[in-house]
Amino acid sequence: MFGKLDLMQLQQLWWIIVSIVGSLFLFLTFVQGGQTLLSSAPKTDLEKSMIINSIGRKWELTFTTLVLFGGALFAAFPLFYATSFGGAYWVWIAILFTFVVQAVSFEYRKKPNNLLGARTYELFLFLNGSVGILLIGTAVGTFFTGSQFQLDDYNLVMWQHPLRGLEAAFNPFNVSLGLFLVFLARSLGAMYLINNIDFRLDIMKDLEKRLRKAAFTNLLAGLPFLVFFLAKLVLMDGFAIDPASGEVVMEPGKYLHNLLAMPVAMGLLALGLVLVGGGVFSCRFSKSRAAIWFGGLGTVLVGLPIFFTAGFNNTPFYPSAFDLNSSLSIYNASSSRYTLTAMSYIALAVPFVLGYIAYFWHLMDREKLSTGEVSDFNTKETY
Amino acid sequence: MIDQLNLTMVNWARAQFALTAMYHWLFVPLTLGLSFLLAFFETLYVKTGKEEWKRITKFWMMLFAINFAIGVATGIILEFEFGTNWSNYSWMVGDIFGAPLAAEGIFAFFIEATFFAVMFFGWDRVSKKMHLFSTWMVAIGSNLSALWILVANGWMQYPVGMNFNPDKARFEMANFWEVIFSPVAISKFTHATSSSFQVAALFVIGVSAWFLLKKRHRDMARKSIIVASVFGLLASGFVIFTGDEAAYTNARVQPMKLAAFEGLYDGEAGVGLVAAGILNPAKKPGDSEETFLFEVKLPGLLSLLANREPNSFVPGINDLVYGNTEHGVMGVNEKIANGRIAIELLSQYKNAQKENNPTRAATALANFDNYKEYLGFGYLNSPEEAVPPVALTFYSFHIMVILGTLFPLVFLLFLFYAYKDTLSRQKWLLWLGLFSVPLAYVASQAGWIVAEVGRQPWTIQNLLPVTVARSNITAGAVQTTFFLFLALFTVLLIAEIRIMLKQIQIGPDFSGMPEDE
Repeated sequence: MFGKLDLMQLQQLWWIIVSIVGSLFLFLTFVQGGQTLLSSAPKTDLEKSMIINSIGRKWELTFTTLVLFGGALFAAFPLFYATSFGGAYWVWIAILFTFVVQAVSFEYRKKPNNLLGARTYELFLFLNGSVGILLIGTAVGTFFTGSQFQLDDYNLVMWQHPLRGLEAAFNPFNVSLGLFLVFLARSLGAMYLINNIDFRLDIMKDLEKRLRKAAFTNLLAGLPFLVFFLAKLVLMDGFAIDPASGEVVMEPGKYLHNLLAMPVAMGLLALGLVLVGGGVFSCRFSKSRAAIWFGGLGTVLVGLPIFFTAGFNNTPFYPSAFDLNSSLSIYNASSSRYTLTAMSYIALAVPFVLGYIAYFWHLMDREKLSTGEVSDFNTKETY
Repeated sequence: MIDQLNLTMVNWARAQFALTAMYHWLFVPLTLGLSFLLAFFETLYVKTGKEEWKRITKFWMMLFAINFAIGVATGIILEFEFGTNWSNYSWMVGDIFGAPLAAEGIFAFFIEATFFAVMFFGWDRVSKKMHLFSTWMVAIGSNLSALWILVANGWMQYPVGMNFNPDKARFEMANFWEVIFSPVAISKFTHATSSSFQVAALFVIGVSAWFLLKKRHRDMARKSIIVASVFGLLASGFVIFTGDEAAYTNARVQPMKLAAFEGLYDGEAGVGLVAAGILNPAKKPGDSEETFLFEVKLPGLLSLLANREPNSFVPGINDLVYGNTEHGVMGVNEKIANGRIAIELLSQYKNAQKENNPTRAATALANFDNYKEYLGFGYLNSPEEAVPPVALTFYSFHIMVILGTLFPLVFLLFLFYAYKDTLSRQKWLLWLGLFSVPLAYVASQAGWIVAEVGRQPWTIQNLLPVTVARSNITAGAVQTTFFLFLALFTVLLIAEIRIMLKQIQIGPDFSGMPEDE
């Protein structure tokens, strides 16, 4: 089945797969968004527990998707993995650090004798949801702004900036993307909580109101950053591969050209934005609990064209602004045809995996999370 | 490449990998084994319908969750550390090594992530049978993730199913099935999982023994001990069998590791196995010092272990370093010479291509093919560099084997007294059970020290030494992150142990049930 595809088709297929995983991760950052809402949305301990226990049943999915995103990039585009992780060292270490502390925080926060106290674990969750997502956004931003590195004959990376990746966080374009993702995650988090928590009791009504409002205000707060990011994206000079010579050159309006050359991507972007906006509106101005599905699908649809613009249409997805010809494209950074073929068969399991996740999500969330479940200290299965 | 070597950075990167891997491995064995024990306990609940089994399951599940969280936290660093500290490795073998890592994500991590939530929070949300299914899936998922990562590790120890691509200067996969079903991968997986089952069984026995000593929850403790002892005893059979298999495979593919963990400097036919010994610290390869200050040797046994033939020849460190023509062993010195030729030919090939000289390129490549299997040796500075730290490997191996032999006896004793129903009176045995818990962790860590220190200086056996596998970053950067992770993981470990001990002290929840003794 995949054996008939040539190397270039496989490279493109794998960029699509990576884009899908990356975009699904963006949707699943509703967990991180929920984590940052903890410091503002709940007014009582019960409300806080409700939020933590609601997102706490999903955090591993987000975490695992990030790990898979890394694993898929390693398997399909190992030169990117080597160049970016070994080069932009500090930005990745900082991101990882926030995910390490996240992983223990749900479980340990409320447990007696937990050494650091509940507040510290809540701070960990906040750091993961804010700094972690912001830095992931700036790292993705470098797909367009480029990084300062050079590769030698043996593909060893030499990073040319002393901050080793953190310099990306000083570029307004990258930071805009990062900040938008932080606000988007908060908005998604609020929409998810609206869907997941049982608000029928009177003591929960107020939280519902606050969360519905938060979904709206956070998207609104993120909007200027999105507008700046998109405007800059279509106006900026982009990195382009000259198909004749294979050389990388700067091309004015490159990313606009990419979008125009891929009407599907443009359509996805437009549809995605409408869905996110519609979801948030319905969350704020109706009694609907389904907003997260529109917002989530919309987020995936917005994510895909951003990845497509970075990697398709003769574009190096990890460009070097220092040495244009060290730039990495899906063609020069990929694994061999054999490996991509073998991996494609493995990836056939992905729809099945998505299927059982969806099925068990449904089974577990048929009944909404009730206050009784969280406050009943006889059952210890709470966060 | 070689002119940029920075040994200090390499050593910090090695230390960091050792640190993060060992921290991670403090939590993994319990996850691998306890997940199955949970599945057994819950199966008993569903089969018998007795509420007490449910409470027992829930108690151990609570401890499982505390351990699981920190296992996840320490695990994510490892995946990305290949990129941050070992980026040249990631590039040179990513074509092969990346695949099992991605497969681990797709096939294993999502099973764990999905079903852990059902297992922990789904008691009242899904049917009894669906819950049991989820608990089993957590066990299967955890062990599947071990399978994929051990396939990847096994490939580093015994690189098969691949070719070197001179144009890209990297190794590429040629046969996926050879990588997965490599004998080293299989023996790694079976040995690591079965020994982890022992760790988990001893953990359950140790905690239960504490309850018996405290005269609390005696019924639960006895029941847990019986299930865990049977599981541990069965696992012990596998541990011994797969350990023997691992030694046999080592003799074929990593003879230097075998020589190091046995402290064998001069190879001989019908060589004995050192059951216990104290190494002479002054001993170096090539000198005439005595190897041991003290040793207890079982005659002929090492030859039997290594080659299944009591009179066979087993090469020692000196044979492997300096060569032994009589037994057809090529020395590292000769391999280094060949390796340097390979490096030179590869560079000639690259230059000829740059100069657009296809004839010269073809000649260089044809010659390179004759020497390419020694490529990695070309980066070693001296033959002695191919010798791993002998003492660390030797002692770790012996600690692992001695403890691994004692554990089945512990399981047997517990089963015996449980059968006689006099467990509570055997104070000595209960203390032994309690002290076996840290020993189980020591044995488990020692096993990884043998596997990983014993293969130094290679990242990929014979192909890629650690000095070439590294990233191009400063020693200071790696040193900083080393201490960062050391501090963070130590704090988290202390928190984990405190929480765990507190939860054990609180004990299981039998409220609303007839109180057990």
